[in-house]
Amino acid sequence: MNSNTFASEIATPEAMRTASKFPALDDGLTWYTLIIVSENLAGVLNQITNVFTRRQLNIESLNVSPSGFEGLHRYTVTCRTDEATVKKVVKQIEKKIDVVLARFYTENEVYVMEQALYKIATARLTESHDISKAIRQHDAKIVEVNSAFSIVSIEGLPNDIVALRHKLREAGGMLQFVSSGIVAVTRSANEELANLLERRKREELTIEH
Amino acid sequence: MQKTLSGSRILMEALLAEGVDTLFGYPGGAIMPTYDALYDYRDRLNHILVRHEQGAAHAAEGYARVSGRTGVCLVTSGPGVTNTVTGVADAMIDSTPIVVIAGQVGAAMLGTDAFQEVDVVDMMQPVCKWAYQIRRPEDVAWAVSRAFYIAGSGRPGPVVLDFTRNAQVEEAEYHEERVRFIRSYVPVPSTSEQSLRNAAALINAARRPLVLVGQGVELGGAQAELRAFLEKADAPAGCTLLGLSALPTDHPLNMGMLGMHGALATNRMTQQADLIVAVGMRFDDRITGRLDTYARQAKKIHLDIDPSEINKNVTVDVAVLGDCKTTLPALTALVSQADRAAWRAAFTPHRDEERRIVIEPQVHPADGPLRMGEVVRRVTELTADRAVMVTDVGQNQMMAARYFRFTLPRSVVTSGGMGTMGYGLPAAIGATFGAPERTVCLFIGDGGLQMTIQELGTIMEQGAPVKIVLLNNNYLGNVRQWQQLFWQRRYSFTPMMNPDYEQVATAYGIASRTVTRRDDLDDAIREMLGTPGAFLLQCAVEEEDNVMPMCPPGHDVDDMMLTVQ
Repeated sequence: MNSNTFASEIATPEAMRTASKFPALDDGLTWYTLIIVSENLAGVLNQITNVFTRRQLNIESLNVSPSGFEGLHRYTVTCRTDEATVKKVVKQIEKKIDVVLARFYTENEVYVMEQALYKIATARLTESHDISKAIRQHDAKIVEVNSAFSIVSIEGLPNDIVALRHKLREAGGMLQFVSSGIVAVTRSANEELANLLERRKREELTIEH
Repeated sequence: MQKTLSGSRILMEALLAEGVDTLFGYPGGAIMPTYDALYDYRDRLNHILVRHEQGAAHAAEGYARVSGRTGVCLVTSGPGVTNTVTGVADAMIDSTPIVVIAGQVGAAMLGTDAFQEVDVVDMMQPVCKWAYQIRRPEDVAWAVSRAFYIAGSGRPGPVVLDFTRNAQVEEAEYHEERVRFIRSYVPVPSTSEQSLRNAAALINAARRPLVLVGQGVELGGAQAELRAFLEKADAPAGCTLLGLSALPTDHPLNMGMLGMHGALATNRMTQQADLIVAVGMRFDDRITGRLDTYARQAKKIHLDIDPSEINKNVTVDVAVLGDCKTTLPALTALVSQADRAAWRAAFTPHRDEERRIVIEPQVHPADGPLRMGEVVRRVTELTADRAVMVTDVGQNQMMAARYFRFTLPRSVVTSGGMGTMGYGLPAAIGATFGAPERTVCLFIGDGGLQMTIQELGTIMEQGAPVKIVLLNNNYLGNVRQWQQLFWQRRYSFTPMMNPDYEQVATAYGIASRTVTRRDDLDDAIREMLGTPGAFLLQCAVEEEDNVMPMCPPGHDVDDMMLTVQ
């Protein structure tokens, strides 16, 4: 896919536009995005994270939110591992009784987005040319300004968020940083979850009759 | 409006609706309302009072293994339920269907570190198939039905229900629930026709196929389907520990047990086969030995009901998902009738070699102390190979697995994946309830017997007819063997001082006898089998005997020791 299609990347430098969406690390591992859907029952999150813990896999980011389908929650997990391991991990997650579906994707198979907030000292913001330049470059927004601090908000790829964080930290005066963890939707035209739920509904009817 | 019942009584009704007639349990504070309800259901629900909750879990496992039904435990909160963790984990790794129902403090007290409160769901989730906390009486019938459906369907396993005290006491209307569908749970994955065709093509092209028979065949009730498949393909087979009775021991295609202490022939031929067909087994490290050299020359087919087992340890060429009760016949239909006499014959020299060097000296020793193998062999012979074999863990287990013979399915009750010492005695009690018409023979060591020896009280109270064959070598024999072989004979805390087991048995009113001489062995076994009820037969066996052959850990699967160098 062509990464130019992301609006959030328009303001990024040429070098970053062609780079991967995730920070490049020299450890021979691959970034995977896992999309997991479960029944909204207590304790499912624990069961999912346990599968990572058992295999000593670090979860890089985790987001849980309603799926849009009634009673189902959706988890977006990113981790760095190899293909053989991630295949086993998703099968072991999907094996949990309350998990409807677990899939893994490489970065080109998903559209990913992340939100981040940077709290910086207003004094630094006003005196540093680098900060306002970085904010413009990354198409970030200043959502709060007061005499003590200002808040910069960005919505973008993990790479953008990391790059902006580096720039703001270099410029000095960064007080807090937080990012939401990525959310992702698949780039496939096949709506697997909707199809699966439809199929299960039909199967339920055949069992009841 | 329908009459309301307390959550405890709803539990009783829901258990009856699931066809439960036997419970293994132990009362305590947080489960008292349920025990009070049980008092009125004594005529329909046979409650076996164990002497420790670990015993309840293992007894439920033994019950489930021989009967194919789901075993049930009833315990209290806190220490009651923590004592069942070992049994739950054991049932998980060995795919045994049990349901543990544990009391819990009232919902209003959850999270307050109340007396005997423990976070059961979080504690149990990593070692069970499903865990759920029932906080309202309205949920009892649904949760129980769901629990039994999950435990018994697909790849079976343990389910834990955490039953808060208020949900036991408060009342609700009872409506019978029949959970037979869960949106997020597909117990049996669908089988692809293409996978069957691909598997059949590999089998038909193979000259040296070897079939690995696992417990999945027993769980699927596919013993006859397996035999038909093997016979049509004329394919030799080896059985895992838990799959031993899925194929009669004397079937001409049964070449013996697989794994670390398995048969020489099956392990060596694993490295000669051009095709491995695994049926309902999971390529455990005790089966494969060194993984990166395991059967590299062979194509591999894996039939399993659990998709997460495919390519977990061994990467396979064809995976056939589904229940082997249906996939095996489908495969048999596509397989050509074959005659692989030369390949079958290739096993013979290895079998002869093992018989000469290992088996004969073990089962027919000319002199010296009793050996474990000869005791096992005489017990199986004198029960016409029709008994249920229960074992504890260690040398007793491996000797029993090697020398017991099987003619009937569901005849193996042993802790495979967990290797739980202390499993044997309570599991044997459970087996007597699960298969009351069969003789249940337990092989156990002096170490494992003392781990759950209090269950002799359960045997006494219930008159459970467990034939306890104590292979007493005054050692923790398996660890001692490893110390001898791999740790320069430094016997670090493996010699064991033992009580007078006959006096112990006598104290519990259990008949007993001790055998030290070979000449007395047959008579003693006959006395054990002829005595109604339980019997403890203590056999003073050679103290520093070793289970052979042995594939040392991390070695190639065909690199087996036959004797101690």
